[in-house]
Amino acid sequence: MELFANLALGFSVALSPNTLMLAVVGCILGTIIGALPGLGPSNGVAILIPLSFSLGLDATAALVLMTSVYYGAMYGGRISSILLNIPGDEPAMMTTLDGYPMAKKGQAGNALVLSGVASFVGAFLATIGLMLLAPILARVAFLFGPAEYFALYLLAFCTLGGLGSKNQAKAALSVCLGLGISMIGVDKSTGLTRFTGDNLHLYDGIDFLVAIVGLFAVSEVFIFIESHGKNSSIGVKLEKVTIPFKMIYQTKWTMLRSSIIGFIAGVLPGAGASLGSFLAYMSEKSLAKDKEKFGTGDPRGIAAPEAGNNSAAGGALVPMLTLGVPGSGTTAVLLALLMTLNITPGPLLFTERPEVVWGLIASLLIANIVLLILNVPLVKVFSRVLQVPAAILLPGVTMISFVGIYSLSGSYFDLLLMILFGIVGFFLRKMDIPTVPVILGILLGSHMEVSLRRAMVLSDGDFTYLFSSPISIGLWVAAIIGFIVPIFLRRLLTISK
Amino acid sequence: MRLFSKIVVATLLSTGFVGQTMAAECIAPANPGGGWDFTCRSITKIMSDIDAYDGSIQVTNMAGGGGGLAFTHVVNERNTDDDLIVAASTATATRLAQNAYSGMTADQVRFLGAIGADPGVIVVAKDSPYQNLNELLDAVIADPSKHAFAGGSAAGGYDHLKVLMALKRKGFTDIKKVKYIGVDGDADAITQTIGGFTAAMTGDISGVIGFIKSGDVRVLASFTDERIPGFESIPTAKEQGIDVVAVNWRGLYTPKGASDASYKKWTEALRQVGSSAEWKQAMMANGLAPFNKVGPDFQNYVDGVIAEVREMSLELGVMK
Repeated sequence: MELFANLALGFSVALSPNTLMLAVVGCILGTIIGALPGLGPSNGVAILIPLSFSLGLDATAALVLMTSVYYGAMYGGRISSILLNIPGDEPAMMTTLDGYPMAKKGQAGNALVLSGVASFVGAFLATIGLMLLAPILARVAFLFGPAEYFALYLLAFCTLGGLGSKNQAKAALSVCLGLGISMIGVDKSTGLTRFTGDNLHLYDGIDFLVAIVGLFAVSEVFIFIESHGKNSSIGVKLEKVTIPFKMIYQTKWTMLRSSIIGFIAGVLPGAGASLGSFLAYMSEKSLAKDKEKFGTGDPRGIAAPEAGNNSAAGGALVPMLTLGVPGSGTTAVLLALLMTLNITPGPLLFTERPEVVWGLIASLLIANIVLLILNVPLVKVFSRVLQVPAAILLPGVTMISFVGIYSLSGSYFDLLLMILFGIVGFFLRKMDIPTVPVILGILLGSHMEVSLRRAMVLSDGDFTYLFSSPISIGLWVAAIIGFIVPIFLRRLLTISK
Repeated sequence: MRLFSKIVVATLLSTGFVGQTMAAECIAPANPGGGWDFTCRSITKIMSDIDAYDGSIQVTNMAGGGGGLAFTHVVNERNTDDDLIVAASTATATRLAQNAYSGMTADQVRFLGAIGADPGVIVVAKDSPYQNLNELLDAVIADPSKHAFAGGSAAGGYDHLKVLMALKRKGFTDIKKVKYIGVDGDADAITQTIGGFTAAMTGDISGVIGFIKSGDVRVLASFTDERIPGFESIPTAKEQGIDVVAVNWRGLYTPKGASDASYKKWTEALRQVGSSAEWKQAMMANGLAPFNKVGPDFQNYVDGVIAEVREMSLELGVMK
């Protein structure tokens, strides 16, 4: 019953006409920020820090605004993934794989509604998980050392083989490109620079948003120009928008499983929403009997990554609140915002500042419901985007992403880099090499590398250290199964044919 | 889409990405939320609140190169700007010492002062066998391969160097043998230490306050002259016979070519902030301890830190 008392306390903090209005404003703002390529949730929340300083927002108001922008951006990322094949932010990348083909089949409305519901389920379950399990789950982080993290990232890369189902070699090439790019910058294990050419702009490595916008949006423009606008993939047909109850019902287990996977990925510091959506997608695909349907507009391929990434977004709040360890770039900014509000996260936060924690949880629940209410009716408005002629839409979106990327660092260097990525993306597409693995390589590669390097420092270069705990052995086994089983399955299938 | 773009433009305008006015400027060489951002925002806010500075001061974020982008920008393009201050910390000095700002040197700007510092600490898990700093350091000296340190900065960063300074004071010179892993921030380092993956954590106290209060960790020593206000039970390294003072100061620098009059004006304003009640409150909230070095004093201090860091970095092989 303590739980209900706590929740009541939370709602008494978060529920007032003022804060409700802030929640609505935050949700709309967040959705837009999420949907625009080049502006991700972390930029969205970062904007709030100077705002809370200059407006003098009190802790509750800032918390409500911040969480609704955060969840809003996680919802919004899917919109451009589905409609334009350009991910609005990095966790929404996996949604392009089935969301866009579905839109192309004329089911843009269905895809948007389904993904909205999946987002809701993921975020809702994650909030419940945060509410019930946070203090216990915080201890999980103590079990993960460098060796365990390395095995976790390895697991992600081992399942990648199943992603580019058409041509494994091309997918592998694409991952390697991403891994190579992830090595640019200052090497944390030695403090020395790698592949920077003494250019200060490259010291912090390449921002994955720059790579995403380049590879997806800018390359799309190049293809459009090359084909004189005939070959544009944009401008898909739009059918009447209805709520696809059947589809939602069919994917209920997918959503549930993906939410759990996403939540776990979110709880582990460092892994974050992208890993959550990726692992959710890959495990749904490996569970499915009809794997070949994935990538062609399968509803499960939308429900899984959306439930996964929104759930991971909630899960990432666990280490942030209980340990002060940000699980992702966005939670790092959220953490900073909490600090400016004089809230010090740590093991005692739940007991020392219950009004903050439960106020936050209540505002998460509110934001989530507001987002569901906003998102479903707005599908019609969103899908109107597709009626804009590609010749106007495409350059428009690209212009917005230029502004977004420029706002990251305020330097034109990132813009040039983005165009370079656009050119690379153009050639990759021409050669039919998938671009999603490049981004995964950039996103997860550096984490995997530093984990391995740290493990090697701790063990004096002894490789057996990598298999020295039950958790790491378990992850290695899963990784090996994930890598080998698809190969055998394919053989088996070809023999039986 | 037109609505979208309008909203984006409005958002960007409202947050000050655009709209350079004639106001003075404080550059935070990082994205909103970090220590440098805090320095700029809180110091400038208090400066105008207590009327230590006439006119408004605008905060600009210029992330990149670990502060290097802002540094080169100031040196190359703003060298004579009287109305410019830039946030700095121990990391700025460390990177300058290690030539990490593509060859730029500390004498290309003028250090203004620091008015607060995050004290360096060495922390172990509560079930660790080590009760004081000497026990830990003796164990490391006896067998460096068995005792790793975790810290929030990269290898060769200040968190790493602090440990090495302490070991050198004890006569240990084989500093390359000391194991250190650089993780993502102080909280991450403490998680690895509580998890038993590393023997101790080296970092700043602000990042571990939550864990100190919950009793999950034991702080073996603080690298300060006096015990830290609010944490009087933590002994200093000096008390334990290890003469190392290593704090992460929060301060500012100005362009080299700015007029002496403006340098004087800024130091005066910074002094006033340093002694204000508002700043004391902000320090308390952010786990900062008093540290007051403003003007030429501070310049000498920074030069000293840079010389020591350079010497150790060459020995360690983290710089060319």
